[in-house]
Amino acid sequence: MSQKTYSFPLKNRGSLAPRLAPSPAPKTESPLPTLPRRKGPGRLQRWRERAIQAGLFVAAASSIAITLGIVGILGFESISFFRQVPLLNFLTDPQWTPLFDDAHYGIMPLVAGTATVAAVALCLALPVGTVTALYLSEYAPHRVREIVKPFLELLTAVPTVVYGYFALLFVTPLLKHLIPSLPGFNMLSAGLVIGVMIIPYVSSLSEDAMRAVPMHLREASYAMGATRFQTSVRVVFPAALSGVASAYVLGFSRAIGETMVVAIAAGMQPNLTFNPLQPAATITAYIVQVSLGDLPHGSLGYQTIFAAGLTLMLMTLVFNIGGHVLRKRFREKY
Amino acid sequence: MPGEILMALRKDIARRKRTDKVFSLLGLMATLVGVVTLLALMIDLAWDGTSRLNWAFLSAFPSRFPEKAGILSAWVGTGVVMFVTALAAVPMGVAAGVYLEEYAPKNWMTTLIEINIANLAGVPSIVYGLMALGLFVYKFKLGMSVLTAGLTLALLILPIVIMATREAIRTIPSSIREAAFAVGATQWQLVRHHILPYSAGGILTGVIIGLSRAIGESAPLITIGALTFIAFLPASPFTGTFPFISFEWLKSPYTVLPIQAFNWISRPQKSFHLNAAAAGMVLMAMTLAMNGAAIWIRYRFRKRIKW
Repeated sequence: MSQKTYSFPLKNRGSLAPRLAPSPAPKTESPLPTLPRRKGPGRLQRWRERAIQAGLFVAAASSIAITLGIVGILGFESISFFRQVPLLNFLTDPQWTPLFDDAHYGIMPLVAGTATVAAVALCLALPVGTVTALYLSEYAPHRVREIVKPFLELLTAVPTVVYGYFALLFVTPLLKHLIPSLPGFNMLSAGLVIGVMIIPYVSSLSEDAMRAVPMHLREASYAMGATRFQTSVRVVFPAALSGVASAYVLGFSRAIGETMVVAIAAGMQPNLTFNPLQPAATITAYIVQVSLGDLPHGSLGYQTIFAAGLTLMLMTLVFNIGGHVLRKRFREKY
Repeated sequence: MPGEILMALRKDIARRKRTDKVFSLLGLMATLVGVVTLLALMIDLAWDGTSRLNWAFLSAFPSRFPEKAGILSAWVGTGVVMFVTALAAVPMGVAAGVYLEEYAPKNWMTTLIEINIANLAGVPSIVYGLMALGLFVYKFKLGMSVLTAGLTLALLILPIVIMATREAIRTIPSSIREAAFAVGATQWQLVRHHILPYSAGGILTGVIIGLSRAIGESAPLITIGALTFIAFLPASPFTGTFPFISFEWLKSPYTVLPIQAFNWISRPQKSFHLNAAAAGMVLMAMTLAMNGAAIWIRYRFRKRIKW
């Protein structure tokens, strides 16, 4: 029985094959049939793979291009603005009247408006959002949470124009019953509505962070005879603090960046005041106001919206970095 | 005396239990704040808007006369802008998500991209509008068109799509990957035949959530010059003569529902406010329907696939 050695295709491929191959067959026999080289990923396919990978990388890196685009455009237009308006003037002038004949370029009134609206919104959203999160995570039965959470998240899906409508035509008249001197446009109702709008940002993220707190911490607390309240406030909340802090930061960014509600319900006059019962313009409302008119491209008035936008960007950036630092500081290790 | 101590202890425990009850009630009330406001908002909108909501309202162009004004150009505009948005955001977002989950090496570049995407999600939407005004409208000369609007909103929802894609891919167990590689699949074959089909549900959910956010977004569109009075429709994409498909509609000026509603709210006349409420109802119906669809899809896919 003549012995024919077939090598497995696998052996043909690597460097192992020659070593494992049996000694040359006697000359009388015909040479071994050579099996066709198994087609692994061929050269063409390897190129294809590489091209696809490069394409996917470009898509991922485009997010950096977007950031560069934002920073570039804001910076570029703001530089031409600050060539004509000194920075000191921009920061200290108490008036913002860039479109009047007697033009003043002080950002303070817009920053004050933005801060006031955001403060009202956060005064509502942070406590309510946090307590909601604690309730949903520690108290509510499973079924209640499953129903309430998506329902609360619907609050973020409501178009902001609709919120503006609600603030101007429902909340303000309602508040007027309590505060008869309230003007038709005011920062209070705009801030309150924004506050309700950002509750789910705060509560959902905080709740996720609280649910991530390991069960044994709660068990230990209950084992020592603590009540639910004590466990929630002294164990779960501190343990989830880093996640809760990032929820707060996100809520803050939303509150100062919100546009349509303030443009509709807070009035559009720059007003250097921290009194929420007054009408005032925020940075975002000013940008909307200018965009609705038609300013010629390249004029100083056109550049003001970029300077205002840059200020807004920097405000969110400062808070994001602050939040990042806080998060690192409070990160609990269990 | 032990009796007194016991009494004090009982009192203390009762007090703590009371605190617990009070806080439980407080929590329920806090939860209801959001729920009740949402209900109040919907009822208020329906109260004002139902009287105007009829077929004539849906099929008429805006007008100086509130009783004749309608939202035809606005909802058609919303439709075409959303089409462009989806066309731009979905391939880019999914590709970025796939890259970050399946391909990306662990290095500073990847970390930079990840941090950057998280930061982009927190950038105020009006800043995107300013960027689009400077870049798309004046640098690339795309004009104040449907194309510009669609691209701007696509950039806005890109982080949402990327995060949803990553989230969906992350739930696929690595045994699937190992099995595919074991039979000699290349990386792309794995992605194409396994990763993408299995994560399709999650991706679709994210895309719909993103689009429902884009539908209600008006601030960035105001900065790039969405007009509030458009009494015509964009050019038809189908033509009678040779290439049969025309891209003229991409360049046409447009308006969208939220901007039409904003315009009506800003007017002093009461009757325009009713129109705004009706337009708001249409908008709400669209976003709620999309969110409902997203929840349904998530539910179905979760039920169908068992690892």
